[in-house]
Amino acid sequence: MSLSSENKMNVKLNNKDMAVNNINSEHRVVYDTKDLNLWYSDTHALKDINLEINEKEVTAIIGPSGCGKSTYIKTLNRMVELVPGVRTTGTITYKNKNILDKSFKVEDLRTQVGMVFQKANPFPKSIYENIAYGPKIHGIRNKKVLDEIVEKSLRGAYIWDELKDRLNENAYGLSGGQQQRLCIARCLAIQPDVILMDEPTSALDPKSTLKIEELVQELKKEFSIIIVTHNMQQAARISDKTAFFLNGEVVEFDDTNTIFTNPNDSRTEDYISGRFG
Amino acid sequence: MANSDSNNNTAVNVSEMIAQNKKKKNLSNFTEKSVPVILFLLASITVLTTIGILYTLITEAIHFFMEVPIWDFFTGTELRPLSQNPEFGLLPLLNGTIISSVIAMLVAGPIGLMSAIYLSEYASDRVRRVLKPLLEVLAGIPTIVYGFFAFTFVTPIIRAIWPQVEATNILSPGLVMGVMIIPMIASLSEDAMTSVPNAMREGSLAMGATKLETTFKVVIPAAFSGIIASFVLGISRAIGETMIVTIASGSSKNFTFDITESMQTMTAYIVEVSGGEAAAGTTIYYSLYAVALTLFVFTLIMNLLARYVSRKFREEY
Amino acid sequence: MDKLESIKSSSKMNARIRKNSIWKSIFFLSTLVGLVVLAILIVRVLGQGLAWLDWDFLTGRLSTSAERAGIMGAILGTVWVMIVVIPVTLIVGVGTAIYLELYAKKGKFQSFIATNISNLAGVPSIVYGLLGLTVFSRLMGLGNAVLAGGLTLALLVLPILIVSAQEALRAVPGYLSEASLAMGATKWQTIRRVVLPAAIPSILTGSILALSRAIGETAPLTVLGIPALLIPFPNGLFDTFTALPMQIYYWTLDSSLVAEYANLAAATIIVLLLLLFILNSVAIFIRNKFQQRY
Repeated sequence: MSLSSENKMNVKLNNKDMAVNNINSEHRVVYDTKDLNLWYSDTHALKDINLEINEKEVTAIIGPSGCGKSTYIKTLNRMVELVPGVRTTGTITYKNKNILDKSFKVEDLRTQVGMVFQKANPFPKSIYENIAYGPKIHGIRNKKVLDEIVEKSLRGAYIWDELKDRLNENAYGLSGGQQQRLCIARCLAIQPDVILMDEPTSALDPKSTLKIEELVQELKKEFSIIIVTHNMQQAARISDKTAFFLNGEVVEFDDTNTIFTNPNDSRTEDYISGRFG
Repeated sequence: MANSDSNNNTAVNVSEMIAQNKKKKNLSNFTEKSVPVILFLLASITVLTTIGILYTLITEAIHFFMEVPIWDFFTGTELRPLSQNPEFGLLPLLNGTIISSVIAMLVAGPIGLMSAIYLSEYASDRVRRVLKPLLEVLAGIPTIVYGFFAFTFVTPIIRAIWPQVEATNILSPGLVMGVMIIPMIASLSEDAMTSVPNAMREGSLAMGATKLETTFKVVIPAAFSGIIASFVLGISRAIGETMIVTIASGSSKNFTFDITESMQTMTAYIVEVSGGEAAAGTTIYYSLYAVALTLFVFTLIMNLLARYVSRKFREEY
Repeated sequence: MDKLESIKSSSKMNARIRKNSIWKSIFFLSTLVGLVVLAILIVRVLGQGLAWLDWDFLTGRLSTSAERAGIMGAILGTVWVMIVVIPVTLIVGVGTAIYLELYAKKGKFQSFIATNISNLAGVPSIVYGLLGLTVFSRLMGLGNAVLAGGLTLALLVLPILIVSAQEALRAVPGYLSEASLAMGATKWQTIRRVVLPAAIPSILTGSILALSRAIGETAPLTVLGIPALLIPFPNGLFDTFTALPMQIYYWTLDSSLVAEYANLAAATIIVLLLLLFILNSVAIFIRNKFQQRY
């Protein structure tokens, strides 16, 4: 996919104005982050983040390593809490509720928000069991329903044709790219609203990367996708909006088109043109 | 992308099913809350064990010290628990324990360390892969088997060479105990030596030093505290070892330094006294706990010392 | 400069190299010492005991006559002890390991329990015998029943199992549990369905090694007053029992009275070592067969 074809697509989208009920926009806000600050013990990792992320779009988060982009995406499903000593202030509103509120059940949040990790992490189980894992832990036991979910999820990740005859094989026998698409399928199995992707292609070869990128384009018809990437071309190719993080702050958040062709901030321009990072 | 029906909504609506299941999930909420409590209770069993050991040893030992003054116990050279005028001096047992441990360490220390040097510095990977599991076998042999070996094989051989040696003596179990402890010292010392960074070895070898010189001037000094820790643990093991000395050293309670004679260790005394005669409530019964408490404190100090030393070692890199 | 020249001079260098290779041989021979003793021990035990090891010996009852004596009672006793030790150590040991690795907050309390466990591992087995005598035999009134012996040995090997289970849990990569948590699984669901299944092979290996330690232990049983008399075969947890190591102990002690008893002891040692060998082979098999490729 060339950059220019993507640009055409993005031009169609309404830009600049990120208000919730913009008349010209068919997209509503799914995540509304207000004044988010995050500390790892004494390290101030996220500083006054304000972002509105739209439904059924691909939002890319870019920035040099250590800029807080991974931390931010992990805050969106509160996986960041696995690190001991994490503190946050501010709010992230998801479906009218502040997910950072301690009374908010993380399990509910994570059921609605799927995540794909940097390194493909299938379970050391069969392909079938990998997909069925999510539905099973959420109480779906009916074998026929599970069969259906497995097929649908694998189809959704465009990997059914490759794997339909190998469902009982161990997932570790798959190639890296297949494993990552299996992980995406596993995510789809519980029908989330949002899919978070934390550098999902950084460990993959170009061919597998391209397949995942095409998949993301398909998935955004049904899901809101937030993707962290260190690869700027990738962000330009697949995303509708792009946020540029630097030292724990959002330097700029705008239509991908604008970010890559006409950034407001000189630091964004420096980063995009490869002057640092 | 030739996959047409991915967006068709099939009959199943998973997210709705999940939402419905969540509503009736009180049971799993309960599980989620009770599991850590149950696990905590299981984990506290180890603490209870320690408390149990300390409590039984201390309370029963106090009974003993009410009848036998603590000073007499620790300085007495006479141990005659069964005589008309019983004497409860610890020194014969302490002496037996120390002498058997010294003999064991004279065997296990040098041989264990030299094995460690060979395995860590000289052996090829292939040789190491054969030798290490074999040494582990040595460590896995039950001590009763070593006791049998000391009594029925090593002692007769020693007596054939040195007729003065008695049928039960401290020398033979000491030697066999040494063999038993070799694998422990070898593997712990080897761990300490292999964790010395290769860069340090290379620095020495690059100046033309031989492997031997590098080992003694670079590797051993760097791994020194780890090696010391392995020795201390070896001593602790020797002090606590029971069956070998019980079988092969007999039960004579002489306060002597003659290794050809029978001596009793603290552990062997506990076996002898608990194995029958002593009825609960008698002084001799309580003496068990006083001896065991002494033994416990000794090994505890050794273990703490070993950990202290090896922790210091870890800070070095 | 002269000094440097002399260091480099070939005769000195050769001496140093020779010294190195002489010591290398010494180090190698030292490594062999333990193994040679092991070989002698095994050859000796086999030579002494093999002739006495037949079907009647394995299935027979205890007897004062060396020719008629059998060790069925001791074998059954050891099996009964295993029946107590296995579930107790697995439940308590794995539970403790899960608590320490996955639930306890890293802090004073956790390091206190960890220190406590490593201290317990260094407590001489005979001290556990006294604990068992006081608590299980006397306080709980279990006397010298299977349950008293089994529980005592279970406590003794518990630290071994806990430490190996902790290592097994630690070896399960964090990204597996992350994947599960990110799908909305609860912590316990994640542990039960992802972490434990991945760690089970290593846990089993560790528990078999702990079990072999328990089977070979003698000292705590002597303190409990486990007899080697003519007693009926144990049939349950509350029956008096004897065990293989106790049988070896009594026959070894009495071999100065009846010389054949030494052969019986050797034959029993063969049985005990064979049992340990089988257990360890199973452990190695499990380790190799189920080693996870993460």
